[in-house]
Amino acid sequence: MAITQLSAFLENTPGTLCSAVEVITEAGVNIRALSVAETKSFGILRIIVSDIEKTKEALGQYTIIKETPVVVVKMNDQAGSLKMILDVLKKADVNIEYVYAFTAAIHGSAYVVFRVDDVEGAEKILGQNGIKTLSDDDMADFL
Amino acid sequence: MKKYYQPEIETASREDIIKIQNEKIVKQVQHVYDCVPYYRNLMDQKGVRPEDIRSIEDIKKLPFLTKDDLRDSYPHGLLGTDLKNCVRIHSTSGTTGKRVVAFYTQKDVDMWEECCARAIVAAGGTDEDICQVCYGYGLFTGGFGLHGGSHKVGCLTLPMSSGNTDRQIQFMMDMGATILCCTPSYAAYIGESLAERGYKPEDNKLKAGIFGAEPWTEEMRRSIEKSLGIKAYDIYGLTEISGPGVAYECQAQKGMHINEDHFYVEVINPETGEVLPEGEKGELVFTSLDKEGFPLLRYRTKDICILSRDKCPCGRTHVRMTKPLGRSDDMMVIRGVNVFPSQIETVLLNAGYTPNYQIVVDRVNNTDTFDVFIEFPKEMFSDKISEMQKREQDLKTAMKSMLGISPKIHLMAPKTIQRSEGKAVRVVDKRKLHE
Repeated sequence: MAITQLSAFLENTPGTLCSAVEVITEAGVNIRALSVAETKSFGILRIIVSDIEKTKEALGQYTIIKETPVVVVKMNDQAGSLKMILDVLKKADVNIEYVYAFTAAIHGSAYVVFRVDDVEGAEKILGQNGIKTLSDDDMADFL
Repeated sequence: MKKYYQPEIETASREDIIKIQNEKIVKQVQHVYDCVPYYRNLMDQKGVRPEDIRSIEDIKKLPFLTKDDLRDSYPHGLLGTDLKNCVRIHSTSGTTGKRVVAFYTQKDVDMWEECCARAIVAAGGTDEDICQVCYGYGLFTGGFGLHGGSHKVGCLTLPMSSGNTDRQIQFMMDMGATILCCTPSYAAYIGESLAERGYKPEDNKLKAGIFGAEPWTEEMRRSIEKSLGIKAYDIYGLTEISGPGVAYECQAQKGMHINEDHFYVEVINPETGEVLPEGEKGELVFTSLDKEGFPLLRYRTKDICILSRDKCPCGRTHVRMTKPLGRSDDMMVIRGVNVFPSQIETVLLNAGYTPNYQIVVDRVNNTDTFDVFIEFPKEMFSDKISEMQKREQDLKTAMKSMLGISPKIHLMAPKTIQRSEGKAVRVVDKRKLHE
């Protein structure tokens, strides 16, 4: 069920992110969601894209790429939605490594990306609580 | 399998070797005094006459030669015979701004090639082997030295020269090369390139590699041996003295046997010039005992080494030298601390990194800056910042404990640090300390 996130190693120098995005764009791939984590000496780009294979091939020539399964939850774009989901994960003792979110205006929905160690367990508990999680197929149809 | 190329010489008793050296040094000193005015002046200044040198023990009386002497006497000042007797010129890259040009007679070339043949046989080479030489062919001694040695052993020789990795790999696989000769950094690069093309170490037919011309560590040896599925042997030499093959490793992989019948070695205190006893660390000094074209006496190499006369299990009796532990001119003094690039390489390989790095030293506001650019290995990449930071911190801690000072570490994407297919540029020192 989970969604495949790609992460890429970025050198912490001006223009690196721009170059990475340029490579993805030239490959004709659309970036659905993006987050960057950084330290003083390097950064990690995390993206969810319309075409995983194309992105790996294009960006992989320039830097290290890694695939990670993440949980993506669709929810109503309104106050309190995120809290409800976090409550469920907290009760089930699911540890969240990092999280980022995006909204889709057309659908009126918000999406949250969770990086957790136990992807299957997290999806199961969310499902039991009536919360929909997305698959790679859902993302391919998305937008 | 033939164990030695020239068994009588390679396993000669100590007494026999000294006898050979005694005979050769007397002739060589007379020859140099008669034919090389530059060195005759040095001897006259020191008040040493050729007849003062009656045995190899007397060599201590002779003046040293340094790279500065080579520069001052450029191009013909140290020539030991008429140019018409010479058949070849080789030269160093001149990266330190002092290009060395050496002349060879046919006898010099034969002697040098025999030394390389000894090295190839010591690495297990026979006339059944296919020897791929990817040292540069040209003025650099690497290519022609191993090439000649390979011919002398009777190997099928692949004269690839350096570069064009695709073609190197194609010939290596299609021709079934069994021995690889190149710089250790290029061997590591070939290993990486083979893996990228989906080859496993057992897919190639290589059994041994003879790697030299730049400093490398035990850790790098293990990593190359693993990636290519071979035994990796060190070889040492310098253009001034002949080229690769001045010393070479045997199956024991415990230091390099110096070809003492051709090259007399001393280890000196680099500060005082005093000759040190066996086992002490100091600067290597070589005397060519029977060269005609470019006969150097007591040439200071700037390589810091230790000699050992411990019995070698391979049966060779010639003295062994350690890998150069550093070069007196490679050593950087950063914020008052002595730093050798080999120390950084050791830390990297121990921590699972590749040996692809570059050190940049500069001086800003009268303080040294010390940056190390390191290629981050694929296998160690994580999408979690906490894990990545831990790896970065571990590396910083290891550097600090090895060097005594902390470099600023820059993690780079793989294959972004410029690498030449010959010698790697490990150090960029932008400080203008001597101008």
